[in-house]
Amino acid sequence: MTEWLERHIPKMVLAPSFIAILVFVYGFIAWTGWVSLTRSKLLPKYDIVGLIQYERLFDSPRWDTALTNLWIFGGLFITTAMVLGLMLAILLDQKIRVEGALRTIYLYPMALSMIVTGTAWKWIMNPGLGLQKMVQDWGFENFTFDWVINPDRAIYAVVIAGVWQSSGFVMALFLAGLRSVDGEIIKAAQVDGIPNWRIYTAIIIPSMAPVFLSAFIVLAHLAIKSFDLVIALTGGGPGYATDLPATYMYAMAFSRGDIGQAASSAMVMMAVVFAIIVPYLYSELRAKHD
Amino acid sequence: MKHYVKMAASAIALTCATAAFAEPQAEVLHYWTSGGEAKSVAVLQQEFADNGGTWIDMPVAGGGGDAAMTALRARVLSGNAPTAVQLKGPAIQEWYEEGVLADISAVAEAEGWADVLPASIAGHMKCDDIWCAAPVNVHRVDWIWANADVLEANGITMPTTWDEFNAAAEKLQAAGITPLAHGGQAWQDATVFEAVALGILGPDGFRKAFVDLDMDTLKSDGMVAVFDQMRTLRGYVDDNFSGRDWNLATAMVINGEAGFQIMGDWAKGEFIAAGKVPGDDFLCLSTPGDGFLYNVDSFAMFDVDGADKKAGQELLAKLTVGKNFQKVFNLNKGSIPARTDVDLADFDSCAHLSSDDMSASADNGSLLPSYAHGMALRGAQAGAITDVVTAHFNSDMSSADAVQMLADAVANSM
Repeated sequence: MTEWLERHIPKMVLAPSFIAILVFVYGFIAWTGWVSLTRSKLLPKYDIVGLIQYERLFDSPRWDTALTNLWIFGGLFITTAMVLGLMLAILLDQKIRVEGALRTIYLYPMALSMIVTGTAWKWIMNPGLGLQKMVQDWGFENFTFDWVINPDRAIYAVVIAGVWQSSGFVMALFLAGLRSVDGEIIKAAQVDGIPNWRIYTAIIIPSMAPVFLSAFIVLAHLAIKSFDLVIALTGGGPGYATDLPATYMYAMAFSRGDIGQAASSAMVMMAVVFAIIVPYLYSELRAKHD
Repeated sequence: MKHYVKMAASAIALTCATAAFAEPQAEVLHYWTSGGEAKSVAVLQQEFADNGGTWIDMPVAGGGGDAAMTALRARVLSGNAPTAVQLKGPAIQEWYEEGVLADISAVAEAEGWADVLPASIAGHMKCDDIWCAAPVNVHRVDWIWANADVLEANGITMPTTWDEFNAAAEKLQAAGITPLAHGGQAWQDATVFEAVALGILGPDGFRKAFVDLDMDTLKSDGMVAVFDQMRTLRGYVDDNFSGRDWNLATAMVINGEAGFQIMGDWAKGEFIAAGKVPGDDFLCLSTPGDGFLYNVDSFAMFDVDGADKKAGQELLAKLTVGKNFQKVFNLNKGSIPARTDVDLADFDSCAHLSSDDMSASADNGSLLPSYAHGMALRGAQAGAITDVVTAHFNSDMSSADAVQMLADAVANSM
């Protein structure tokens, strides 16, 4: 009896959460996939009519803007946050004083919710009351910084706020990575008279590859599901210049009563996430297998 | 055992008795949650209670009604719809097609709604041939509000054509005043757009374009002219307009920072709350051109079980369209009564103008639903048009491109 229990208790304990995930994650993904093949408007309907919602989706200029914004935002947000985070980590790694305090200061933005970040940066970047007005009041009359109200620049304003929020977190990841590099190798290199920057580029950074991967995955999924930052910072505007797939999906599902369209955009978002996550999972699983 | 039977029997008798003398009960889902609106709906609550009813309030704030609609969807899907829901325009018909609305024709006929409501507004309250909703108020959307002192100081009278408006705006701009107070949110862009479209296309053109979605009208030269005027208006807006709320834009007119605002008559509430007097401190006039764009709030009645709820539904419908509520509610909210036989002695001059114009336009067929406020079109189509309007207004897109995009977007939204 006890033997039987010992063998089965782990399964029994895990079963509820397994069932919950099966229903509430995979079940609802399947449901969304089904609805995306229907003509559902206000309420979900279940008569499959084919790929019409996807055709509508890719005919829509607003969805085009949303996808383009995702590439711009995602690309810039991930690279800038990683580069800045790495630089901050390397600078903090120089055995400086008050490192603990500095690390906390850089990490703190992570404690804020995206809504707070978005609202604060909305005010900072508002030309009429933020940075632009302050610098102009100092006497630099020609200074302009109106990205947040300029449809061609607004998405970069979103990138700034996003990077401010996340680069401290990336720094913490990299700092941990830097510390985990074997000190003996570094000392040996120093003895050989190799310059410091070469030690970083040739030894430390290459040995941190797994940390880069984790940082990338975390930032990529933050970028794809980014919603609150845009809502608080620009509301998707000016016009729909800063729309992202998530805000598009919300508008279709909850403002316009176009559930089929919302479901198809959600499926495309999921495909994008899979395109990033699946290779990662594959490499992880394979590594274990070896 | 006998005892139990007796008890059961008396319990059943009791239930029957309650059913026979059903106390009217109504659960009302609405999003009138801001100060003035909440006060307005409290009037109805009070009246409902005075008539022996039990009002179960279900206010859902947020998202301009989006949150309330999400709550409604959940309630309907779980088979437990509220008694009455604040809904408007084609959304009523959309819910009717889902087969969940109730028939309140009995009340409507007893109260003679058909005789006191303008025909086009009554049309929104009917699903096929039965009455399924009760109108609460009529907001007019195509208003121009102006600061009287600013206009006087610059020698400007209220414009009655778009050319006059443009000339007045140039004058104000030269004087260093922002001509048009505007907030860069999609629905505000759409509000201005439909006022311009009504003026330039005329009532018939407006109906063809935004009610019938007639492709020829959507692609016509008139529509190009509408977008041209939107581009001109863009030049009269200050640089910092993005994302500004409508009431902050109204405040700019109140403070004399800006000359005009194009906005529905809820803006009047802001002027009055600031202690301004219509006619003296601020002026109201319909936007250039004929016609009247209305935005009518209403209660749609959902199918409910139980005599008490049905009684509540009928009482609510009766009171909503009753003269007393129509008067008190609309005095609070800045709109005008939906029924045409209410005494307007207590209303201000803007409301009188609105009411006169409504009667006149109802007679000549230019009483039209507002597309920007979800009265003319369903969500998907109205949203597709708004996307184009706001994209054009916030970029340097040409009018010809915008018209092409408009036609494509409408076709794609079907």
